[in-house]
Amino acid sequence: MSGYLILFLAAMALIVSYFGVFRASRAATPAGAVRLKQHSRPIYHGLNAAIWTAVPAFIFLLLWLMFQNSVMNQLVIASFPGAEAMDAAAKSLQMSEIRQVAAGNLFRQPTPEVAAAAEHLRSLQSTSMYLMAALTCCIAAVGAFLGFKVISPRYRARHSVETAVTVFMMFSSLVAIIITVGIVGSLVFEALHFFARVPVTEFLFGLRWEPQIAIRADQVAGQGAFGVLPVLYGTFLISAIAMLVAVPTGILSAVYLTEYAHPGFRAVVKPMLEILAGVPTVVYGFFAVLTVAPAIRDLGNAVGIPSSPNSALATGLVMGVMIIPFISSLSDDAFAAVPRAMRDGSLALGATKGETIRKVLLPAALPGIIGGVLLALSRAVGETMIVVMAAGLIAKITANPFDAVTTVTVQIVTLLIGDSEFDNPKTLAAFALGLVLFVITLCLNLIALRTVRKYREKY
Amino acid sequence: MNMMSEAAVEKALDQKMNETAYKMVGRDVSVYYGEKRALFDVNLNVRENTVTALIGPSGCGKSTFLRCLNRMNDTIESCRVTGKITLDEDDIYDPQIDVVELRARVGMVFQKPNPFPKSIYDNIAYGPKIHGLARNKADLDQIVESSLQKAGLWSEVKDRLHESGTGLSGGQQQRLCIARAVAVSPEVILMDEPCSALDPIATAKVEELIHELRSNFSIVIVTHSMQQAARVSQRTAMFHLGHLVEENDTDKMFTNPDDQRTQDYIMGRFG
Ligand SMILES: Nc1ncnc2c1ncn2[C@@H]1O[C@H](COP(=O)(O)OP(=O)(O)OP(=O)(O)O)[C@@H](O)[C@H]1O
Ligand SMILES: [Mg+2]
Repeated sequence: MSGYLILFLAAMALIVSYFGVFRASRAATPAGAVRLKQHSRPIYHGLNAAIWTAVPAFIFLLLWLMFQNSVMNQLVIASFPGAEAMDAAAKSLQMSEIRQVAAGNLFRQPTPEVAAAAEHLRSLQSTSMYLMAALTCCIAAVGAFLGFKVISPRYRARHSVETAVTVFMMFSSLVAIIITVGIVGSLVFEALHFFARVPVTEFLFGLRWEPQIAIRADQVAGQGAFGVLPVLYGTFLISAIAMLVAVPTGILSAVYLTEYAHPGFRAVVKPMLEILAGVPTVVYGFFAVLTVAPAIRDLGNAVGIPSSPNSALATGLVMGVMIIPFISSLSDDAFAAVPRAMRDGSLALGATKGETIRKVLLPAALPGIIGGVLLALSRAVGETMIVVMAAGLIAKITANPFDAVTTVTVQIVTLLIGDSEFDNPKTLAAFALGLVLFVITLCLNLIALRTVRKYREKY
Repeated sequence: MNMMSEAAVEKALDQKMNETAYKMVGRDVSVYYGEKRALFDVNLNVRENTVTALIGPSGCGKSTFLRCLNRMNDTIESCRVTGKITLDEDDIYDPQIDVVELRARVGMVFQKPNPFPKSIYDNIAYGPKIHGLARNKADLDQIVESSLQKAGLWSEVKDRLHESGTGLSGGQQQRLCIARAVAVSPEVILMDEPCSALDPIATAKVEELIHELRSNFSIVIVTHSMQQAARVSQRTAMFHLGHLVEENDTDKMFTNPDDQRTQDYIMGRFG
């Protein structure tokens, strides 16, 4: 029903805007008169009328949809026999039963009270629907009338349209912010639940991560240990290996592409690097598991280092390849932003190309490059798919890159997969891990943005 | 027209006689940007311990010629230079010549001040370091100080040598760039409208500086200001549409030029 209403509003807005434009152009040149000076072009009058028609009605519709349920619940439960004696939880339980019955999902024969209440609810629902449709149409009609009426040569339709657009944009940005805040809020909320069971200090400084705990009282299982350090260590080991691969490769390729490569070569290679950035991480995951990991294991065994089939090294190498494009394209931008005058100044002093790059371009572009590296690092830390597929599950602190380690993201995934209740520490630990991850990447991003901005001010 | 060609013949003889005193000699220099020809058989010499001013309307090829003298045109993909330019008799477009070495001998100052985003000290020390002109830190300090002194900037910046060069005023930046060019002890310094971004006071300082530098260097300066050309130069060359119209003593050029176009330009009738 509301879907049809929205369609109707859109159609009405279209029609109104059409007639608005028509009326406005008529108003601009009344029959027989010389052309009057008009403040806004007819299209703005049309748009303005359309906005007046659709927007208030739409907002009304949204509000109605948002509040109708709780109002109806109040009404139904108020007239339900014995409601005064129930507490809030019992009321909501009762209400959901009534709703199920009203929707026709019968699990057992409803009691007469419940059946009556369901009937009551159904009649309220249909009334609400008709009322909503009628009121929405009324508001739209009034809006259309006013929007139409207001058209006159001196009416500042352009300003009012622009204000409406500005408000809309502001609203859009607010939506993004509010949702982000909500997500972070729920993360913190759940993490607090976890910290109520496991002390913060134990979580942050513990050296053992064994989230297996007894689910039933009679089960034999470990006590469960929630020390985050080994997991963080794994994340950083793999990220460090990835950065070791990606930073030199990315920067050198950017240098080559901006400073040395023939324009034709650059035109081919640069888009190819960007395609690399578009490869789904799950594909990199395949590559890590099926190709790189066995090769690394064989290598490790060949040189006599104890190696695991899902080594940190293999995962890190593949992740490094994944983030090369980030670093190279951001470094590329940083080099391109260094003014030509810098290069010329250096060359005119008799510096070679290499000296110019090392001593002038690199320092000048460094903040931009660092920004790129930090953004790439935060990608690496938060990367999930590759590590889920290729990294290990056991958390341990080891210096041997041929050994398997686990990461924060892997642990989050394994903790949440499968049936589990949301009130035991094992599941809640995932939120605490998520919070840790969020804080780390947030800091990295903040620093990266800072450095990038600082470098923008330079020229 | 007949008179003019007579003068040209005379001048050619003059040049031939004095060729050994020329620091740089340009013979039939033509420059092409892709298909487009920007310079037409320019014959122009740079004398030792002389300031040579290049004047002419915008787009006539002054910068193009200037950039030929230290092969900065090499950095432009589409640019092609024909003819012959010598520096102390060596053809600078000879494949044997190391362009890096050439640019160390023929320095350049650009229209817009372009200090590196480094400290004042490092800006000056950059050239001497890459060319190994200083054996130790004391040497380097010495070079930095004397270059800044030559550029008339020492007293203004001696207390802030380790602050960024980009933090200086425009005029100071330009003198920093001149000091930077001077620091590698070139033989010729090319300046492309070095004062166009400066206010009159900074301009006066730079002009004074050019005047002093003349005793140690040969200088070629592009300028749009007739007064500036008259003030700082001993020789003036007038370009028009890629041709060298006239080259003469500055005094003669501004009082009694040989070519009608020069006269028109100096009087401000075109350009
Ligand atoms: N990089 C380039 N690519 C193509 N054409 C160029 C390039 N640089 C200069 N030209 C052309 O060569 C001609 C001479 O340019 P040049 O810069 O030497 O003029 P100019 O005398 O220095 O002018 P101005 O006084 O405005 O600086 C102009 O027609 C210009 O359009
Ligand atoms: Mg120029």
